[in-house]
Amino acid sequence: MHHLGNFSLMAVVVLCAYAVAASLLGVNKQSSQLVNSARRALIAAAGFSALSVAALLALFLADDFRFEYVASYSAAALPWYYKVSALWAGNDGSLLFWTFLMLVFAAACAISRRRDELMPHVVATLGGVILFFAYMNYWVCNPFGQLAEITAAGPIPFTPRDGNGLNPLLQHPIMAIHPPILYTGYVGFVIPFAFCVAALWTRRLDAAWIQNTRRWTLIAWFFLGSGILLGGRWAYVELGWGGYWGWDPVENAALMPWLTGTAFLHSVMIQERKGMLKIWNAGLVIVTYLLCVFGTFLTRSGIVSSVHAFASSEFAWRFLVFIIFAAILSAALLITRIKDLRTENELEAVVSRESGFLFNNLLLLAACFAVLWGTLFPVLSEAVQGEQISVGAPFFNRVNVPLGLALLLMTGVGPLLAWRRSSVDSLKRNFTVPLLSGLAAGVLLVAFGMRHPYAILCFAMSAFVVVTIGSEFHRGVRARRAHRGGSYGTALVDLVQRNTRRYGGYIVHFGIVLLFIGFAGNAFNKDVIADLNRGESTAIGPWKVTLQDLPSGETPVYDWLGAQVLLSKNDEPVGIFQPRRQLDKATGQATSEVRRHATFQEDIYLVFSGVTEDGRATVHVYRNPLVRWVWLGAFVMFLGTVLTLLPNRSPVRRAETAPRGAALEAV
Amino acid sequence: MAVRKAKFFVGGGLFLAALTALLITGVEEGKAYYQTVGELRAMGPRAEGRRVRVAGDVVPGTIASEGEGKVRFEIEHEGSRLAVLYTGREPLPDTLVDRAQAVAEGHLLQDGSFEANHVQAKCASKYDAAYEETKTAPAAQTPAGRQATDD
Repeated sequence: MHHLGNFSLMAVVVLCAYAVAASLLGVNKQSSQLVNSARRALIAAAGFSALSVAALLALFLADDFRFEYVASYSAAALPWYYKVSALWAGNDGSLLFWTFLMLVFAAACAISRRRDELMPHVVATLGGVILFFAYMNYWVCNPFGQLAEITAAGPIPFTPRDGNGLNPLLQHPIMAIHPPILYTGYVGFVIPFAFCVAALWTRRLDAAWIQNTRRWTLIAWFFLGSGILLGGRWAYVELGWGGYWGWDPVENAALMPWLTGTAFLHSVMIQERKGMLKIWNAGLVIVTYLLCVFGTFLTRSGIVSSVHAFASSEFAWRFLVFIIFAAILSAALLITRIKDLRTENELEAVVSRESGFLFNNLLLLAACFAVLWGTLFPVLSEAVQGEQISVGAPFFNRVNVPLGLALLLMTGVGPLLAWRRSSVDSLKRNFTVPLLSGLAAGVLLVAFGMRHPYAILCFAMSAFVVVTIGSEFHRGVRARRAHRGGSYGTALVDLVQRNTRRYGGYIVHFGIVLLFIGFAGNAFNKDVIADLNRGESTAIGPWKVTLQDLPSGETPVYDWLGAQVLLSKNDEPVGIFQPRRQLDKATGQATSEVRRHATFQEDIYLVFSGVTEDGRATVHVYRNPLVRWVWLGAFVMFLGTVLTLLPNRSPVRRAETAPRGAALEAV
Repeated sequence: MAVRKAKFFVGGGLFLAALTALLITGVEEGKAYYQTVGELRAMGPRAEGRRVRVAGDVVPGTIASEGEGKVRFEIEHEGSRLAVLYTGREPLPDTLVDRAQAVAEGHLLQDGSFEANHVQAKCASKYDAAYEETKTAPAAQTPAGRQATDD
């Protein structure tokens, strides 16, 4: 099986190299046959990459512990689905999987956009990028290496009786889907990147490359965002520290390209409509892709310590060389094309949709920069001062909370500003009701005793944004009915179907508002730690937790000890919960299994941290308000994104070559 | 035209100034110095009050619960030992077991012990540091700290 794996990996290397050479030669000789063969080589490479993944999967499922990678991350007693997910539990396998996903995107693009005039250069770019990863897979972190025992007579093959097992923290359904989703997001940006490079290369610099990759970009952005949120969800339900986001380098690594990707999704609308910001957009998509690669480098290199990083320096420098090389090439390409990237229009007024987008971009980039700065601060401070200094959560919150609130505000303000310039009249007409609603919400909260300034701001702005979104829908429906009649409902459906991008965008914005409401709940988190004997209880607000029993048991995979507690609110019993401590048999690692009582008002989050020497159970109770709104917001964002991906029912006039006439409305 | 450009520049300048201020105050608020146990010892009283991240291996048998989530343990790095009292609000990571690589964040007390309110830990058996061992001496595959359980 490993022979098949290694052979496939080699085939991927050869085919990618061929794709680069043949597409470039094909362009040079104007041979569509050569170009087509390059395209097909890329598709074939995807097939071989799938084979290599399948080969490793087969080794995992067969418990073939001769192989170092399998022995390191699996064990015979694991259920089959965790043997599958163990494939991406370590560095080598996850990089193999990463290459495979990138090739899936590349092949899908090579098939669906085969007639695109940028295709030869897109294939060359994709081939070049993937060649690097394929090289890493085969030579540097090959997952098909076998264990050997070093003896006096030289190394002899060695097969352990059982594997090391999968880290029990990773034995969770979310962890089985989170990495593939996150990776899909990371690698998906390779498509807009390749189109951007191809457009720069060939100097076809109108908005066509942007329009043709819009859906790819959205899909990548959507997967990256979902991956980040799923990671948060996993941390919340599995890590047992009561939160879902810790500004860990690995989390930050994924957040950075998401921020620049979000900026890109917004700023392209100015280019499509007004032919402005061409350099900016090309730069953004290049930066986004490089941040994606940098993110996986950060996760794998161990240059900044992180809880869930795979530490390995073996290949760190190669990754760094690749990133720097790609950055220099892209920058050179951009600089030599500056003349062709001249703007077709100038900003006309300070208060306009254009400057709204610009400000939104500035905020997103500032947030990205702050995250990068904080993440790399240990490295930077060591280089400058010779002392490693890290900045923790206080830094990230201090900088990003105000930036986030400003972004939330822009979510409401932006769509209400007119293109070119907003007159004072239109400002009054559009903003009076939303502003009053926001103010009213703020005043009410203060009157009810809320004192946390950021939380009040956040809730007030949320009210403002929700009202602006509602009024946008209402205005659209009214205009539609005036024009065509019909009921409110049919007019609404009709309106949305005719401009999925715009109204889907509004729904994504609504999801963002819900997300921020959930974030603001953090300001009111409370917790209590108590050592309890049977029958004793601890209280937090109206909630009371009473220890009933300390049951224990065992499964083939782990031993467990539980703290059975009765949760009651205002002395009314709510339910019996059993947070546990589990001891994984294969790895010997203990984990906490938290239990939650979740409502839209708040989560009661129960952790059993262990037993004291005198036999009392240490129970940690968190009262986390509004956490559910985060997951709800994520779901609404999901719906909105799906809507923006749908085609318009009767397409509005589309102009692929003349962005001036493109009637694609703003999100 | 010129007025409009000026407006954009002033706006951009204000934005950059605000961002810089946020970054600087944020760093002041959140910074912690990475130091080894030895360096921390060498600093003596000068280290008091400084927020520090200090790394070392958990000395087997030293993890002891003080109740209500407070935990004492000792870490060792290149022959220097440091007694740590964990008083943070988060439960200690499950990976904090005997011989685990731990990073404690907090400050040095006058009596030379260390009060930590944040601890990260990696199981020595799981990550690539020990992975090298597996490569050359497969006998070392039994994970360290198997006996360390709850407490």
